[in-house]
Amino acid sequence: MAGTAVLGRLTWQVGRVVNSMVETPRVKSLTLELPAWGGHRAGQHVDLRLTAEDGYQAVRSYSIASPPEVGSVVVTVERLDDGEVSPYLVDELRVDDQIEVRGPIGGYFVWEISQGGPLFLVSGGSGIVPLMAMIRHRLAGGSEVPIMLLYSSRSHDDVIYGTELEALAAMEGIRVVQTYTRVQPPGWEGYSRRIDESLLGDVAPPPGERPLIYICGPTALVEGVASSMVALGHEPTRIKTERFGPTGR
Amino acid sequence: MDIEESRLDGNAAAGLLGEIFPFEMTMVRTLCAACGAMEPAGAEPVYADAPGIVMRCLHCQSVLIKVVHGGGRYWLDLRGVACMQVDER
Repeated sequence: MAGTAVLGRLTWQVGRVVNSMVETPRVKSLTLELPAWGGHRAGQHVDLRLTAEDGYQAVRSYSIASPPEVGSVVVTVERLDDGEVSPYLVDELRVDDQIEVRGPIGGYFVWEISQGGPLFLVSGGSGIVPLMAMIRHRLAGGSEVPIMLLYSSRSHDDVIYGTELEALAAMEGIRVVQTYTRVQPPGWEGYSRRIDESLLGDVAPPPGERPLIYICGPTALVEGVASSMVALGHEPTRIKTERFGPTGR
Repeated sequence: MDIEESRLDGNAAAGLLGEIFPFEMTMVRTLCAACGAMEPAGAEPVYADAPGIVMRCLHCQSVLIKVVHGGGRYWLDLRGVACMQVDER
């Protein structure tokens, strides 16, 4: 089974960038070729490590965007202007460059087709990344689990995977609802506020459907959504969260 | 920085703990020595902005695990965990 890691401590390996794709002006997807990769599960992350000439090292975690069915590992990285690692990854790293990688990491914020659904996925900003791995896994694995994705962005220009999301929204069994919190495109008739309980009440599957709920984004969004979902009657044990700290990931 | 804003999930500790333990720590269930609540480590809140990483209990906020790495060593404080349940697999 893909994702069955060999038992052992986490170790670093040197990966090579084989593709680099601009997602938004601040976000890039990097495809990494890894010499020793035992597969991963949707929702897991990798750690990337940079070493400066003086030996100083910085490690950051990035969610894997690619589904387990694909052999390579794609990470999607948002540039945080005061960040130590992400500006290098987004602006400097080129195809054929090498970078230290370890993983896959995390077994909790994970979805596999065998877990069933329906799925209710809620994300803010780059929190979309591990959720997109789950959606891609559902498609690549031939599952028909219904998915409802709620995605909050600052503006249309900040939407990651925009073209893919449009295609997904047209598919049977997948619904995509977006909200733009700061700037809305001309003629936009959808949501234009932060995700709150009434918005969740409008779009979330009812508690009776017992959706599996995955929430990923900034800490404030994740905690607000998680407590709203409980208030709406969903079981806490069916809610999984992944918070991005203020320093980003 | 606001303490609320700095709260992460157990996942944020998975890399560092994975350097020490040979199994996926986010799926290990931790029994809080203070209140007796048992949760997967992946669900416990983590604060990673200290010199080390602090994992607290989701229910009573008591410290479960402290881990510090530096100078080629790890310091691991597990006093807050009364028991760990580790899957065989």
